[in-house]
Formats: sequence, C-alpha cells, structure tokens
Amino acid sequence: MIAAILSLTVLGAILGIALGIANKFLKVEGNPIVDELVDLMPGSNCGQCGYPGCVGAAEAIVAGTAPATCCPPGGKALVSAIAAKLGLTVDLSALGDDGPKIATVAEELCIGCCRCARVCPTDAILGGPKQIHNVFREACTGCEACIEKCPTEALVMKPVPVTLQHWVMPKPRLA
Amino acid sequence: MGFMNLFKHFLGDDWGVHPDDRKRPAADRPLRTMPVPEKLYLPLQQHLGGPARPVVLVGQQVKKGELIAEAQGMISAPIHAPTSGTIVAVTDITAPHPSGLTLPAIILAADGRDEWIDCQGCADPFALDPAEIGKRVAAAGVVGLGGAAFPSAVKLTGAARSKVKTLVINGGECEPYLSCDDRQMRERAADIVDGIRIMLHATGAREALVGIEDNKPEAIAAMQAAAAGEAEVHIRPIPARYPMGSEKQLVQVLTGKEVAAESRTFDIGILVHNVGTALAVRAAIRDGRPLISRVVTVNGNCANDPGNIEVLVGTLAEEVIAFAGGLKGDGIGLARRVMGGPMMGMQIPHWRVPVVKGTSGILAFDAQEVAAQEPDPCIRCGSCVKACPMGLLPLEMSARIRNSAYDEAVGIGLKDCIACGCCAYVCPSKIPLVQYFVHAKGELAAQDRNKLRNDATKKLAQQRQERLDREAREKAEAAAKRKAEREAAAAAKAAAEAAAKQASETAGATEGESA
Amino acid sequence: MTPATLTAQTVASPHAHGGNSVSRTMFRVQLALLPATLYGFWLYGWPAFFLWALTILSCVAFEVLSLKLMGTPRVKATLFDGSAVLTGWLLAMTLPPWAPWWVAVVGGFIAIVIGKQVFGGLGQNVFNPAMVARVALLVSFPLPLTLWVAPLPMSTLPTPDFVSSLRIFLTSLPVPDAMTSATLLGHAKTELARGIDLATALHAGPDLSWIGMRAGSFGESAAVLILCGGLYLLITRVITWHAPLAVLAGVAIPAAIAHAVDPGRFLSAEAHLLSGALMLGAFFIATDYVTSPNTTTGQIIFGLGIGLLTWVIRSFGGYPEGVAFAVLLMNAMTPVIDRFCKPRILGRDRKGKPLDIPENA
Repeated sequence: MIAAILSLTVLGAILGIALGIANKFLKVEGNPIVDELVDLMPGSNCGQCGYPGCVGAAEAIVAGTAPATCCPPGGKALVSAIAAKLGLTVDLSALGDDGPKIATVAEELCIGCCRCARVCPTDAILGGPKQIHNVFREACTGCEACIEKCPTEALVMKPVPVTLQHWVMPKPRLA
Repeated sequence: MGFMNLFKHFLGDDWGVHPDDRKRPAADRPLRTMPVPEKLYLPLQQHLGGPARPVVLVGQQVKKGELIAEAQGMISAPIHAPTSGTIVAVTDITAPHPSGLTLPAIILAADGRDEWIDCQGCADPFALDPAEIGKRVAAAGVVGLGGAAFPSAVKLTGAARSKVKTLVINGGECEPYLSCDDRQMRERAADIVDGIRIMLHATGAREALVGIEDNKPEAIAAMQAAAAGEAEVHIRPIPARYPMGSEKQLVQVLTGKEVAAESRTFDIGILVHNVGTALAVRAAIRDGRPLISRVVTVNGNCANDPGNIEVLVGTLAEEVIAFAGGLKGDGIGLARRVMGGPMMGMQIPHWRVPVVKGTSGILAFDAQEVAAQEPDPCIRCGSCVKACPMGLLPLEMSARIRNSAYDEAVGIGLKDCIACGCCAYVCPSKIPLVQYFVHAKGELAAQDRNKLRNDATKKLAQQRQERLDREAREKAEAAAKRKAEREAAAAAKAAAEAAAKQASETAGATEGESA
Repeated sequence: MTPATLTAQTVASPHAHGGNSVSRTMFRVQLALLPATLYGFWLYGWPAFFLWALTILSCVAFEVLSLKLMGTPRVKATLFDGSAVLTGWLLAMTLPPWAPWWVAVVGGFIAIVIGKQVFGGLGQNVFNPAMVARVALLVSFPLPLTLWVAPLPMSTLPTPDFVSSLRIFLTSLPVPDAMTSATLLGHAKTELARGIDLATALHAGPDLSWIGMRAGSFGESAAVLILCGGLYLLITRVITWHAPLAVLAGVAIPAAIAHAVDPGRFLSAEAHLLSGALMLGAFFIATDYVTSPNTTTGQIIFGLGIGLLTWVIRSFGGYPEGVAFAVLLMNAMTPVIDRFCKPRILGRDRKGKPLDIPENA
C-alpha cells in the first residue's frame, strides 16, 4: 500500500518536474498557427474585421474572440481554409457568399474627388483630381474600404465574372 | 489457344476497359460533306495555349483560307476563314465547354461563293527544309485533331530539335461511338500515308508506326495497301481496348517503351500524332491550305442517321445534326448532348455551339446510354484500381477529394490522372470519379492562382505602406528644411539688422567724431 | 439560364457506364451461395431453414432500424443493394444448423449494428460483419455455437417435421444426444488434448467427406458446392482468383509439410481444406470487397495471411476452427497492406519518382 502510494507520488513528481522543464526549455515563441493563418489571409490590412490588420485578426481568430468568418475579402474560400486549419465547424451556408466581389466605378457618377484612391490598401484605384477613376481588377481585394468614402456612390461592389479560365468543375454531390 | 484465352479471361487485363464500341453503322457509311452554312462562329481559342488575336475588322470581306486571327505567344495557332464572306462581329458566344460560359469568337457571314485565296502549295515537300515545313504547318493553324488540339507545329519542331527516331501515328480511335479517323483511313489512306511521310521528313524520324485497333479491319486493310510501297511506314494492328489511343498507352503497346512521368514522349525519342493531323499536315504542305474543316462523327441513340460528316470549323452543332438527319422525334428523349467521345467528351449546354478544330464527335444520348444514377457508397471493390491505365488508386483519391484533402490526393498520384474515365465506367456504385478528379485539379489551379494573387496583394500593400512612409518622411524633412531655412533666414536677418545697427552706430560715432 | 443553374447540372465525363452495380454484384454472390444453401436445407431439415430465414430477416430489420435512426435519406436504395441480405446469409452459413432463434437475432444485431453501421455503413466497416458476429457469438455463447447435429440423412432418428422443427428452433430444447456429433476439427482437437494419436483418433471419428455428409455448419456442409459457387463468381468476374487461391495455399502448404513431418500430430492438407469454413472463407469471406485490400498483390498477402493464421489456430490454438479469427486479424491488417501494396504508377518507380530518361533513346 505504502509502496504503491510512494511510487505513484514519486512518478507524479518526476513527471511534473519533467513537464515543468519542458515548458521552460521547449517553449514556443508566439503561436505558429497565427503565422499560418496570416499566410492564408488577403494581407491587405483593410481593417474590415475590426482588428488591427490581418495579423490582429489572425490572433483574434486563434484566440477564439473573433469568428472564422470575420474576413469579408477572404470569402468562403478563406473561411473553409481557416476552419480546416483550426478544426472548426463553420456553417458556410449562412455566409451568403456568392463568390468574390470587386469594386467598380460607375463612370457617369465619378466626380474625381480622389477620396477612394487615398484609402485603398493596395493602390488599386487610379485617377487624378477631377478625372474619372478606375479600379484595377487584378489588384482589388474587395475590401470595400473605398465604398463609403465615395460622396456620389459611384463605387459599387460587383461579383468577379467567372471566365472559362477560372471555372472549376463543381464537386459531385455527396452520395 | 482456347485454354490460353480462358486463362487470360481469368487473369483479366492489367489496365483499361472494353466498352461496347457502338461505332457501326456510322463507321460503315461513306463520308458526307456538309454545304457551307450561312454563318460560321470561330472561337479565338480552339487549341491549347494562348488565344489567337483577330486581325480583321467588322465588315471586312475575307476569302476562304484567309488569316483572320493570328497566333499569339509561343504555343498558339492562327485561325483562317473557312469560307469567303463578311466579318459580322467579334463577340462572345457559348463555348463548347461543360460550364456553358462564353468565349470570344469571330462571326463570319458566308457569301455563298466559297472563293479560295491563292494557295501556295508545294509539289515536292521532301525538298523543303524541315524547319520550313514546321513554319508552314504553324501558319496553316494545324492542331492535333485527336481531341487535345495541341498546336502540331510546336510538336513537329520540338521533335526535330530533340532528334526523335520514331513517329507514332495514332489510328487507335479507342473512344466508343467515334469513327471519324476510321472513315478517313478507309477513304483517304494514300493521303494519310503521304502526310506521315511529310511528317517523317519534317522531324527526321526514321520510321512511323501506325497503330490501328483491330476492331477496324477495313481501315487496317486500306492503310496496309496504301503503305505497301513505303519501307518506313509500318501499319500495326493493336488490340482494341480503351484507352489505347492515349499517348502513353499507345507508345507502350507499339514500342514497349514507357514514358516517364512529368516528361514527354520526345524524351524517349518518340513523337505521337493523330491520323487526322497527318491529313491536315499534308493539306498544309502539298496544297498550302490551312485547317478549316474536319470530319465529325454524329452518333448516339437519338441521332436519326448516324454517320461521318466533313464540316467547316465554326459550323454550329445544331446545323451539323440537321444536315445529318436530325434527332429522333425532334429531340424527345434526349438525355445529354456531348462533344467528343462518350469517355472523355464534354457535355454541352445546348446545340448552338460551334464545331472547333478539336471536335471529333457530336453525340446525342438518350437516358439509357447515359445511365445516369444516384451514386451509392463506395464498396471498395477495387474495380477502378484494376481498370486504371495509369496504375492509380481512384477510390483512395476520390475519398480524399471528398474531404477536400486535395494535397493528399496529389500525393497519391492525382497529377498523373489522364481523366480517361475507365474508373467511373466500371464503378458499380456509379461514383462520378472523374468529376472528383477534374474538380480537384481545377480547385488546385484556383488555389495556385489565389496564392499568386495574395502574394501580389501583399506586395502592393507593402509598397503602399512604403510609399506612405516615404511621403510622411519627405513631408517631415521638407517641414524641417523649411523650418531650418526660416530659422536661418531669421538669424541672417537678425545678424543683418545687428550689423546694420552697428554700422549706423559706428557711422553715428564717426559722424559724431567728424562733427 | 444563369451560370448557377447551369453549374448545378454539370457532369463530367464519361457519359457511358459499363452497367455493373452494387446490387448486381450482391445478387451474383447470393446466387453462388444458393446451391450449397439448398443442399444444407436437405441435410439439416426445417430448423436450418428457419435459422437461415431469421438471420437474414433480422439483419435486414436491424439495417432498416439503423438507417432510420441515423436519418439516412436513402433507406430504400440502401436496402435494395442487397448487402444486408448477403451479410445475414453468410452469417447463417457459418452457424450450427440447429442453433436456436435468439442466436440468429443476436447475430443479426452484432453483424449489422456493431459490425457495420457503427462504422458508417456499407463500405466503411473495417471488419467483415458476418465474421464479427460469428466470433462474438462463439465467445459469448460457446455452448449453442458448438452443438453440431449430424446430417439428417445419416441420422438414425426420424427427420423432424415442420411443427417439431419450429419447436426445436423456438424453444432451444436440448438436442437429443443421438443427433449430435463433433466436427472433424473439434474431434481432432479433443482427441489430441486427451493425448490420443490422430491416426487412431480419426479412425473412429467422423469421416472426411466432399459431399458434406458429416457434422458441421452450413458453410462446411458441401465444400464442392461452395467451390462451384466460387468458380461461378470467378467466371462472372465478381471476384478474382488471387485471394481465394492464396487462402487455400496458405492452409494447404503448411498443413502438407507438417503432416508429412508428424502425421500423428497434424491433420492432412485435404482434411484442412475440406473442413470448417475454409472453402466459404476463401471464396466468399476473403473476397469481401470492403474489408480486403484493393490491389492484387495485397489480396495475395491478405489471403496467405488468412490461410496461415487459420492453420496455426487450428493446429495450436484453443479453438478447433480458426477461419473467422484469421479473417478478423487480417481485416485489421488490411489498411496496412493497402498502404504498402500500391500499384506502380505508369512512368514512375515504386517510390513515386519519375522514371529515369534513358540517355540515348
């Protein structure tokens, strides 16, 4: 009886010390998963999530204080990637995502005020003062930062058209 | 022999399937040539590689065979007017593609005269420089007519550069229902052999092996008769088995050599071309005529009068079917429209889709042929493993793709899949295996694109940040400079004032002194 | 038409199908089992028929119940694939022909619920459901599971009629001693345990019989008929020769060697091949798609493993028969075999590296 108690106590103590030492010496600086999430994210630091940049959002998602769905430019694809990485189950159907969107300028409404170009995180809007502005499709991340700055509502979000080159065969429905 | 056959029956094939070929009666009917339709729809991308660039204006008159879109980039092919007429528009039309999406095309209204441009033929192609043949084939817009539509000239010149020794000519036509190659081999054997000899000359290969499946005895006989006098052209009957016409399988059966993964047949000294391509090369060199027409098989249970028809590229499938005798009951019972063969062809959304250079068949299937069914769960029977000509594990790959583990699927060979369809054909559970693989390949490509885009975005954001920083710094520097200048100016002014004061004082003093 | 509606209908090639189906496969296997089953009815009378029918019935019932409980939308389609019927049939083939009714029900429950549906249904189970049930029954209820009646045509007692058969089946009355008999393997084991030489023991024991005129389960009853069913499956390409041949070889080779060395201690290869559930195991259990390896090499290893383990269990183990245990053990090995036995990808070596390109091809 005493031998059993003793041996278990000693075992517990040794293992506890080992764990303590391991914690001290094998400590992981920062959370590697945060970096992995940052790699997945659009990286434009647009701020729509309400966190300071993509790193902030990634930290919040890992900490569980932000939902995986907090990044609008990332869309469904990002949500499913994050969910896969963190092992979360996310209801994608509630996301109401119909593909990525990008900003487009309604040329008849643009007054050339340059306010949109100033906030764009990727410099995707081109145009001088008093000139009609335009959006580079390839550079726009769809962060919507410019939309509310426009005084004439000339900027609208439009879905990126699917082309033959970008079309993906749909996954078969599950049996 | 009987015992051996029984033994083989027990052993089974090590790859492929034996689908019901359904080639007859279409294969036994003579070729028909379709008259020029009213309008032709010519997509700018009918080949693998970069799309062609239009060189005509709307309203321009063109003659038959005139260049209307030039090749763009290293791997591309030009497009020529299939008949004389007027360019009506350059616009988007429905692509011959399962997505039903559009692609840009030139629309040509025929004037009915069907007037050729002056064709620069060549009486003795064997006197031409091989490089010149490559150039002429490229200029004629010849692409592989077997289905993949890879620009032929790229292959010819590449083969000449890597010094291939053997030219393998694919007359296998292993897809069920299709008989366009069969029919051409029966009717145009001499021209095909001539085309093969031109290709031999162009590549510097020593011999040509023509593989023809043994379910086409008439084609084998015709080709053997045509090649009788040619020492370097060998007609080789091969067992009928799908996918015998696939490049790697055909090379292995004909030459016994195995094409290494991630490499091309060039690397083992072999070039593969289709029999139809041999004809197109011959026309391009002998007659100087570009590729503007091809033979298409119209078949399927819903087709009234199955057969092979020579049509101009750009003719709508609708019109080809109408010429071929229409659909039974005007399309009642039509379950699926397919361009190409049943094993690898594409479902198309409607018949108003043009025939392109790579279209080998127009098939109208009824429900019984398609045999579409709700898939059952996989019972791990391993039929797909036995059928796979590439030695893959389709059931394992599809299970991983189902869980979106695309990288794992790549790890067990997804990239080696040739989408031949054998696995899905034999699957007792009717699992759409090929769709899983095509989906995964598309998804992986999209992921790659996304990654590139993400990197570009990050770079842009970083550059913007740098720019903002630089601007702020410059602003601050400018401000500091201005302040410094102001201070300097103030100091100078103060100094000057002081000096002036002193001067006046001294002046006063001297004045005083002088006074 | 919007792109969305179009994509919903999009299907990839191929636009044709070979016509094989799960239900056709299951039907063919059942057809192959039919001759041996009918022969078993003749040998063992009405109780055997009741056992067979109730085993299948309970398997189907538990399948329906499980599917309903899990809320599977395709109950009907799943039922008509015939897999539950086949599981029940195979289980019945391995039971003593006069086992009482509750054995059938409990067996059906273990096979379908524990052996199959818990893993996720058809195609997901690791172990052969019929073998799981058979082994679970054997270790839980050893007495009714080892009570073998002698074939009726051999018995001196009158054949029970329909009503008395029903009574035997439902009341699990003790079977009169005159009707019971030991199986060949069981007899050999007990005699060996008593220290009696096999040569003398077998002289007085049950005869070996190709036509099943001896005590045993359904599946044991007529090795020849089971073999015929297996050949039918081979000809119709439902199964391939690899696994069955490997199982038979895996038993026959060590048995022949050991018998040659010590005939008094080890049974002959012929006795092994014709006894117990070996034929049934080789042609119907080892070829079970779900729980066997996918590649032909894997199937040969799998089969040899079953054969060898069977022989080892029969010769040295505590139980006289070992097919079911051997199958379960090799089922557990299947994922490992599948991992290491992969077909070579065309153009790649076994490790998946592209082949070397010859220098001057």
